[in-house]
Amino acid sequence: MRHILSVLLENESGALARVVGLFAQRGYNIDSLTVAATEDPTISRLTLVTRGDDQVIEQITKQLHKLIEVVKLADLSESAHIERELMMVKVKTTAEQREEVKRCADIFRGQIIDITANTYTIQVVGTSDKLEAFIEALSGIQILETVRSGVSGISRGERTLSL
Amino acid sequence: MTSQNTQPELLSGGAMLIRALADEGVEYVYGYPGGAVLHIYDAMFQQHQVKHVLVRHEQAATHMADAYARASGKAGVVLVTSGPGATNAVTGIATAYMDSIPMVVICGQVMSHLIGDDAFQETDMLGISRPIVKHNMSVRRPEDIPYLVKKAFYIAQSGRPGPVVLDIPKDMTIPSQKFPYEYPKEIKLRSYNPNAKGHPGQIKKALTTLLAAKKPVLYAGGGVILGQASDELTLLARKLNLPVTNTLMGLGAYPASDPQFIGMLGMHGSYEANQVMHNADVIFAVGARFDDRVTNATKKFCPNATIIHIDIDPASISKTINAHIPIVGLVKPVLQEMLHQLEKNQGELDQDALGQWWQQIQQWREVHGGRYDSSASHLKPQAVIEAVHRHTKGDAYVTSDVGQHQMFAAQYYKFDKPNRWINSGGLGTMGFGLPAAMGVKLHYPDAEVVCVTGEGSIQMNIQELSTCKQYGLNVKIINLNNGYLGMVKQWQDMNYDSRYSSSYMDSLPDFVKLAEAYGHVGIRVTKAEELEPALERAFALKDKLVFLDIHVDPTEHVYPMQIPGGAMNEMFLSKTERT
Repeated sequence: MRHILSVLLENESGALARVVGLFAQRGYNIDSLTVAATEDPTISRLTLVTRGDDQVIEQITKQLHKLIEVVKLADLSESAHIERELMMVKVKTTAEQREEVKRCADIFRGQIIDITANTYTIQVVGTSDKLEAFIEALSGIQILETVRSGVSGISRGERTLSL
Repeated sequence: MTSQNTQPELLSGGAMLIRALADEGVEYVYGYPGGAVLHIYDAMFQQHQVKHVLVRHEQAATHMADAYARASGKAGVVLVTSGPGATNAVTGIATAYMDSIPMVVICGQVMSHLIGDDAFQETDMLGISRPIVKHNMSVRRPEDIPYLVKKAFYIAQSGRPGPVVLDIPKDMTIPSQKFPYEYPKEIKLRSYNPNAKGHPGQIKKALTTLLAAKKPVLYAGGGVILGQASDELTLLARKLNLPVTNTLMGLGAYPASDPQFIGMLGMHGSYEANQVMHNADVIFAVGARFDDRVTNATKKFCPNATIIHIDIDPASISKTINAHIPIVGLVKPVLQEMLHQLEKNQGELDQDALGQWWQQIQQWREVHGGRYDSSASHLKPQAVIEAVHRHTKGDAYVTSDVGQHQMFAAQYYKFDKPNRWINSGGLGTMGFGLPAAMGVKLHYPDAEVVCVTGEGSIQMNIQELSTCKQYGLNVKIINLNNGYLGMVKQWQDMNYDSRYSSSYMDSLPDFVKLAEAYGHVGIRVTKAEELEPALERAFALKDKLVFLDIHVDPTEHVYPMQIPGGAMNEMFLSKTERT
């Protein structure tokens, strides 16, 4: 099962290495990982997508909790939540393809954020599934590069992960 | 010292470090100097509160500190230089980590501005030690040193204990740069709250389950010793009439001479302990972690048991074996609460069922009973341990290395007190025994300290005989010399048709002469009848380190031994018998 773990972490050097090291040492998977400081600069928020059965996820969360710099964590996928990922795709566009790429981006509510004579760079935001669907929709178009931010997530409603 | 009326004293980073150790109550630091820690060593030289023990290899410093912690319950302190000094300490840090031993390891580091430049004796000690420490930290500003020392001790000693590494770049300790010194009284971390007392509802449920049990067993591990809860454990076991088994790390947590004690469990556990576990209806696990040397095949583990598990570390609960009644908390307050509830709520034990259970246990006790072939002409290692037990009246601190001798010591030295059995259970570190004995002897000079070792293990840190001479550490070394790496040989006998690939210790030194060369007493024992007089003489020489090189039967195996891939109660009982 895919799980989205949200972790509040002391914003100290080495803290991120400890989290990543834990996954490597104990053989857990990381599908994606994003991290940045929160509105409180002493705290970073890390969102990590991983996979495993219930027992593995339980061990992962317990082991994460044991790290001294981990202040709080939640498994977002346990309850209603919103997840988003940002992707930038640079494609090669001939004159006749431009209209089709534009239309495709519109359908996915993407934005064209950079243009050259031969390329479009499109930004798409959504769930990971949506981003993958967009890549598929571009079949026939030559993709030069893609960059994905990794998943960020937040709980729905009143529930928060904060100090 | 500072008082409220005076300004805080101005001290250099190096002096602050040493003063902080003194304020933490540290008596000894074990270490080895080098370039990056010279300022610190100079600060050490200029005071007399904190004493330094110069080892001959940094690994020994870590084992000394570790063993001191195991015997006393307080964190041991190590001081090593950057680069090779720090990397030599790695095995000892990992040893402490695996057995949850509180330790503070101070490592020198190259100057801050050189970090990352591959400077002389630079190594990323934070990176190297990360997987084998409870926590590690680096000093960025000299004035943070008192706080970071306090934090290191707090983390190392609280909750599930463990080693903490403090990395100190050389420029943090420059003698001419002084800062106001104040040692924090306490530390609070928003991200770390280790003092769990256990959920009262869960505790009640555990007690109800234990009272209703027909075939219960108490399985106690190293957490009871670390948590200083032997008294509570013993009292509760007696009140509930529970058979008690201790893990390798838990030996002494419950007195071995008590009739309710059924021996160690696991790979080389007693026949009765493994049978009791397998057939139990309730397993009450206290400060133990169901590791692979206990459970044998987890799929076949104790099929009928309801499992109650007390542990301070939630990650140890349901990691390998699912716990039905988990209790996250420090062992001592949880057991106290159980005793308290037991007094209030006079639940009835099922005496009939327990009577039958004890009858069954008695039958199991008679099946193997720790027997070995004592009639053989060759001196048996088990007989040596029994003789050492007699000569020390069962009251010695016994350290061991790793291998057959370790298992013989665990099986045949009957530990009645906690903190007396000091061995590397989790990591299985050969070379641990001698420095461990030294660490204990230094702090308990009047106690009898025995290192049970083998001719393989002892050579991994034998250079420490020199340190023993320097500091008058008069331990007794029982070298069970069988000329082979005995445990490796045993496995080669059992699984590889006795092809002794590199398990023969060829070209052994003359250990008696070697001991003498270091200024100690060496005694060789090659015949059974020489053992008693040799032990007599060795233990009478109070002010000498005595190295007893005892030649034992090279063909002996450790039994019982669980059959790999089987259930707990599937065992080899001798070379020719199995369950």
